[in-house]
Formats: sequence, structure tokens, C-alpha cells
Amino acid sequence: MSILKKLVLGAVIAIAAAGVAEAKEWKKVRIGTEGAYPPFNFFDADKQLQGFDIDVAKALCEKMAVECEFVAQDWDGIIPALLANKYDAIIASMSITDERRQQVDFTNKYYSSPIAFMVQKGKIADVTAAGLTGKAVGAQSSTVSANFVEDTYKGSNVKLYPTQEEANLDLASGRLDAIAVDKLVGYEWLTSTDDGKCCEFVGEDVMDEKYVGEGIGIAIRKDDSDLRDMFNKAIEDIRGDGTYEKINAKYFPFSIF
Amino acid sequence: MNWDLLQRYGVQMLGGLNVTLSLVAVSVTLGALLALPVALARISDSKLLRGVSFSYVYFFRGTPLLAQTFLVYYGAGQFRAELEAVGLWWLFREAYLCAILTFTLNTAAYQAEILRGAIQAVPIGQSEAAAALGLKGWTTLRKIILPQAFVIALRPLGNEVILMIKGSAIASVITVYDLMGTTRLAFSRSFDFEVYLWAAVLYLVVVEVLRRVWDRLEIRITRHMRPATART
Repeated sequence: MSILKKLVLGAVIAIAAAGVAEAKEWKKVRIGTEGAYPPFNFFDADKQLQGFDIDVAKALCEKMAVECEFVAQDWDGIIPALLANKYDAIIASMSITDERRQQVDFTNKYYSSPIAFMVQKGKIADVTAAGLTGKAVGAQSSTVSANFVEDTYKGSNVKLYPTQEEANLDLASGRLDAIAVDKLVGYEWLTSTDDGKCCEFVGEDVMDEKYVGEGIGIAIRKDDSDLRDMFNKAIEDIRGDGTYEKINAKYFPFSIF
Repeated sequence: MNWDLLQRYGVQMLGGLNVTLSLVAVSVTLGALLALPVALARISDSKLLRGVSFSYVYFFRGTPLLAQTFLVYYGAGQFRAELEAVGLWWLFREAYLCAILTFTLNTAAYQAEILRGAIQAVPIGQSEAAAALGLKGWTTLRKIILPQAFVIALRPLGNEVILMIKGSAIASVITVYDLMGTTRLAFSRSFDFEVYLWAAVLYLVVVEVLRRVWDRLEIRITRHMRPATART
């Protein structure tokens, strides 16, 4: 068979396969997740997948009236395995980025992590740029929080740390007056460590898409646009009927949508 | 050459260069002041002085500068109440001063070893001759031994300064952003490797200036060793 013929035959098969995929009725959706990112997706003591992502996924499947099967996959191979058809959707706290968009499609966000400010309890109430003028404001370098304070808090003494833990130490010791942080990361520190007891969130969360991005979405193969639409509709449904709020409240005392 | 990039990050990087230079200038100078007594203690007759100075040098040469910087900065942060009680918190509160303190203690240990070696390399006959002339110990040291020891120590000391210039990048782990730190920040926002090229050029320029200063210094302190005609 000549190379040209092979190519033509290959193209025909590909088109035929694509036609089949489009006509496919979704009865069963296989969902890939990582299982190593608590409290979003993790294995409990009984080796069962648990977490916010899993609860949301189950609720979505119920709305879509499909059967769901979970597949655990290491983070590094999570997109390649989707493309290799090991599962049909990734629900694993994946941020929507342009880089990933080149390989996969995303649904609308199902949660997002805003930037929030942490201060020592009762010390500072105003964490606007004006309120923190002349104060020491910390953030982890090369994060969206760092970009945000560097661009917006020109009058503050901005200090950047290699890791979040080091910034936290300096807030606890009083070298810093405030920290800008991914709210979910900050929440973890404030609620589940001894050092974190010193401090609290204050002020408004920063939701600016320019900094926090488009949020966390479900990744789908590009040719499964019907599945993507089903997920989008289901996300709207669970947002509308209170299911989402219930799941949200189970994990966080504030809205993470 | 990416002019847009230069416009956005050039000033920041020059600011970082300024931090590098001031960190090194201050800590190497203070370190030199500390190094001489430590070097003398290392070769003194007192067992106690020898023991203390040996431990000091042993610790600061034997542990990474990174670990020392962390220990001083974050270690001090744990003892805020105690440090406030003794009135030292102002020093440990500022990351820059913590960096100066750590770098001074670190470079003093290395400089002390260079000086000790140089002093011991001056032939014993020199101090014997001085003693025969009735010179006192301190005068012998100041007028006879040290001037000769400095000639031997000069190049290794230059090495130490150059190592400090590059080693001071460690300050960025405690939020003091030197040339290397600002370069990394610029890279993390622009993803353009060119910024590292600028940083390399700036470091080269600094080291070249230092090299020329050291050449001059060497000519100056060895002028007694050349025949009159060869003087510059």
C-alpha cells in the first residue's frame, strides 16, 4: 500500500470514528482524578476516593443521569491518559490555563480559589492598598498572590518568600503585617496548625480574573463537546438547586465558587 | 536585546545589584575586622582562646551559608519575646540586618583561616630577628609580621570577596532581593532567559572591577620587593 493510500485510509477511519463518538449516548462516564490532593481528592483509610472533587463529580453524574466510574491517575500523566481514552473527564482540581487548552477542552469553572489577606488577629482591619501603605506585606514569590501585591500595593513594603511556610512564620513572628495568599492554602494553615492560631482572614477576597485566572474546571477531550455541554448544564443545575452549597459547606465555611 | 524587557525589569535588577554590593561591602569589611582577632586567637598560647576560635571557624566553615541564614532569620523569629526583652529585636526584625550579621560571621571565619595561614607562612626568622632587636610582641606583629602576611593573604582574600559576591544570592531566601534574586523574579514573570544573561554580564563587570582593584593593591603592598627602576 502506498503512503498516500495509507493516509487516505487513515483519514477515513478517523472521520468514521469521530462520527461514532459524536453519535455516542453517554450512559457511563469514566472520571480521572488524582487522589493525592486533600481535601479535594484523596483516598480515605478504606482506600475509597473522597473529597470535594469527588462529591461534586458524583452530584454532576446524578444530574446528567449517567453512571460514573472513578479512575485514579498520577498528576503528571493525567492529561495524556485522558487523550489516550483511559477516561472521559478529569475532575482533579485542575486550573484552566491557555497552555492546557491547547490539548484539552474545559467546562466552566466549578470552583476557584481567590486571593485573601491574613493578618495577626485583631491587628489590622483594612487590607486595601491604602490601608497597608507603609506596612510589610508578604507573599510567596512566583504566585498569583505575589503578582497581585507587587502590581497593586505599590506603597507597601512587599516581601517575597520562596515558600508559603516561611511567609507564614514571619506573619506569626510579627515581621509581616499581612500576607496575600491563595485562600484555600491560607485556610489550611489557619485552621489546622498551631502557628496558624495567631492569625485570621480579613477584608474582601480578590477574585480578579487577571490574577486568579479562570478557576478550576473539568477537562474533556476536544472532540467530546457534547459531554462538555452536559457537564456545563449539570454544574448550573447543582449551583441552582443548592446541592453545590451543601458540598461546599461540608469542606469550607466560605463559598469557593 | 529585548528593550521592552529591559525597560520593565532593568531598574529592579540595578536595585538588586545595589543590594548585592552593599551586602558584600558591609559584611566583608566587618568580617575583616572580626577576622584578625579570630586569626590571632587561633594561634595564641591560650588554650581557651584557641578552643573558642577553633569552634567558631569550624562551625561557620562546616555548615552551609544557606542553613546559617535560615537559622539566624527564622530562628530569631521564634524568640521574639526574649529578643525584645534584651532589646535586640530591631536587629533581628530586619531581614537585611540578619543577612549582614550572618554573612559577616561567615566570611570572618574564612578570612580568619586565610590570615592565620598567611601569618604562619611568614618565616619564623622574622619574629626571631625582631625579638633580637628588642621589639615588643605587638610591634613585631604590626610592623613586621602583618605587612608580610597581607602580601600572602591578598589573593585568597580576593577569592573570598568574589565568592561572597556570588554567595550573597542566598539573601533572597529571607526576602532580601539581591541581583540574583531580582533576576529570578524577573524571569518568573517574563519567562525570558535573557534576564539571566544580563545578570551574568553585571556579575562579570563587578568581578572585573574587583580584579583591577586587587592588581593595584598587590602592586602597592609589594612595592618594597621590586628594584627601584621597576616601580610603577
